[in-house]
Amino acid sequence: MREVAIVSFSQLPSSKVIHADEPELVQPVTAAAMEQIGLTQDDIGFTCSGSTDYLPGRPFSFVAAVDGLKAWPPIRESHVEMDGAFALYEAWVRLLHGDIDTALVFSFGRCSLGPVPEVLNVQNDPYYVQPLGLDAISAAALQARAMIDARKATERDFAEVAVRNRQNAVRNPNAHVKGPLDVEAILAEPYISSPLRKSLCSPLSDSAAAVVLAAGDTARKLVERPAWIRGIDHRTEPHALGQRDLTASASAKLAAEKAGVRKGKVDVAELHAPFAHQEIILREAMGLGEGTEINPSGGALAANSLMTTGLIRFGEAASRVLSGSADRAVAHATSGACLQHNLVAVLEGE
Amino acid sequence: MAEHCAVIGIGQTKHSESRRDLSIPGLVRDAAVRALQDANMSWKDIECVVIGTAPDMFEGVMMPELWLSDALGASGKPIFRVHTAGSVGGSTAVVASHLVQAGVHEKVLTLAFEKQSESNAMWALSPAVPFQPQLVAGAGGYFAPLIRSYIRRSDAHPDTGCMVAVKDRQHGLLNPDAHLHLDQSLEEVKASPMLWDPIRYSETCPSSDGAVAMVLVNDKHAARVQNPAWITGTSVRTERTFFAGRDQVNPAAGKLCAKDVYDQAGITNPLKEIDCAEVYVPFSWFEPMWLENLGFAEEGQGWRMTMEGKTKIGGEMPWNMSGGVMCTNPIGASGMLRFAEAARQVRGTAGRHQVEGAKVALGHAYGGGSQFFAMWIVSSER
Repeated sequence: MREVAIVSFSQLPSSKVIHADEPELVQPVTAAAMEQIGLTQDDIGFTCSGSTDYLPGRPFSFVAAVDGLKAWPPIRESHVEMDGAFALYEAWVRLLHGDIDTALVFSFGRCSLGPVPEVLNVQNDPYYVQPLGLDAISAAALQARAMIDARKATERDFAEVAVRNRQNAVRNPNAHVKGPLDVEAILAEPYISSPLRKSLCSPLSDSAAAVVLAAGDTARKLVERPAWIRGIDHRTEPHALGQRDLTASASAKLAAEKAGVRKGKVDVAELHAPFAHQEIILREAMGLGEGTEINPSGGALAANSLMTTGLIRFGEAASRVLSGSADRAVAHATSGACLQHNLVAVLEGE
Repeated sequence: MAEHCAVIGIGQTKHSESRRDLSIPGLVRDAAVRALQDANMSWKDIECVVIGTAPDMFEGVMMPELWLSDALGASGKPIFRVHTAGSVGGSTAVVASHLVQAGVHEKVLTLAFEKQSESNAMWALSPAVPFQPQLVAGAGGYFAPLIRSYIRRSDAHPDTGCMVAVKDRQHGLLNPDAHLHLDQSLEEVKASPMLWDPIRYSETCPSSDGAVAMVLVNDKHAARVQNPAWITGTSVRTERTFFAGRDQVNPAAGKLCAKDVYDQAGITNPLKEIDCAEVYVPFSWFEPMWLENLGFAEEGQGWRMTMEGKTKIGGEMPWNMSGGVMCTNPIGASGMLRFAEAARQVRGTAGRHQVEGAKVALGHAYGGGSQFFAMWIVSSER
């Protein structure tokens, strides 16, 4: 199989509101990702993006994003109604063909445009579940409660995850919320949906992100130390919450196995865990032990612009390989309520 | 490209205005089961599911692949969701074929659906974009000016669009799965109400409920059936919606996409080397426009092929043998139906709308403001 690497990453600093439409989000972030390795759109073989119409609340919102690209002459282009990390997966598959050597991947999401936790209820079965009004925080709270009931974690464990992520975010200029915060302060917060408190949930952010992929020697020419995608796989699980063991993630476990996470020491992992307890589930599923630094960026608990959060995990993990601060990194993205669908990749330097 | 890819299973639902007898999971599963049976396979043979549908708002379910994973036996497997506007059915099949060609998977189920009866697509296609004037009502409002421009440029016979409608509806009568079964005369089509001048009611596609599925495999598994349809070319192209000087009547992205897919399949003269085509014609006038865009006719001459009956079954270049989008339009599935019907033709399984001896066929889809294109060439020979 052809070697493919992440060679560039750019993101807009996440914040509560970015006053920008789709082209205004897409143009600067894609241009930055290409410019920093000396490329323009004319050098790109394939372009792929991820976004959802349910944030702006209108169909075909991704069509406007094309106007933020130099899509002229016409380009090879595709779009997934999934997190941008899945667009990266499609671009990886496209590069395996061998006829083109570079791909631009981007995604954009503005949570400021609507009541996101309530909107996410429309991911549920429209006949039996949507009428219940199961918002995303309540669904995650069921999962957190199941972990406590199974004695797999305590509320204090959840708070410790949040404190570490918020502390890491202090060093991340692109994070939306950052420390300082301590465990006792979190445990003193009122419940939003028991056992979840505000700081155990990700913020709702606006952002956009872009990644450039390159194959083989093209990657080596573009950067000194490409972040090679050594393994990448994604798996889903039954949709109904009652059909899954919510305290574990069978799909993340399987995807990690297929991606080869356990084949070597993992220096750093960027996990897409929008709720603190989900990081614990993911670490266990992927077998990430004490020797692995988790979410040096602060993760989704420091910035969560829906549809870009997964791609940013890939970009953050790759950045550490590109800079030489890590030799082997794991990137993860999730989709759906309570970690239904998981994408895992192993990135390595040479 | 590490592997060849073939279509060995094709299934579709009976399409209709409202499949009240099926839920959305029931609809996609119906098409998928038919494709699996056609491929002589069961759910456990499938390694990966690639699903496409047009805007999620049509059914009111966000990222429906999450919900539909159960109905599609995807638990423990990868399921992947594509969305490229009207071209989505085509793009979805292209992504699925790439997974096989790249050697990532050996056996992939791909499918596309729309259940238009769950919403009102006409108004879903008329979004009020903030800070922009509301210019159009429905897709016809967007495309009518392009058609008028085509007629002006080519000095086309004014009956051309009606002729396409009559022809596609005659083809649809041969297709038991088609939504519309209309035996219409030219006079009847011409007498139908004008909706968006020059588009008459009978020159528009219907709103349908339906799904289509295909099983795509590599060389190793193609021998499961006697008659695989080999994918000899795939391509996608996109251009921006608005900029000065853009030719929306004969878009460059369509021309480039066609050239790319012909080059891959070794086709230099599509009129001579392709036996038939299933092309996305949601409004009748798009047949002559795409005949020119895809290189089947010189610029300005496409309408003559239609008027001369060359695009009928039995004509020189049959187009939309299944009745096409003019007879069946579950939007998100309409592109994949074109790809699947092209594959049926080269497999020799197209029933009463089979083009005798078809060996090479084109499947085509487009979307957005005539700006997203997806195509494939399928052949009875690898």
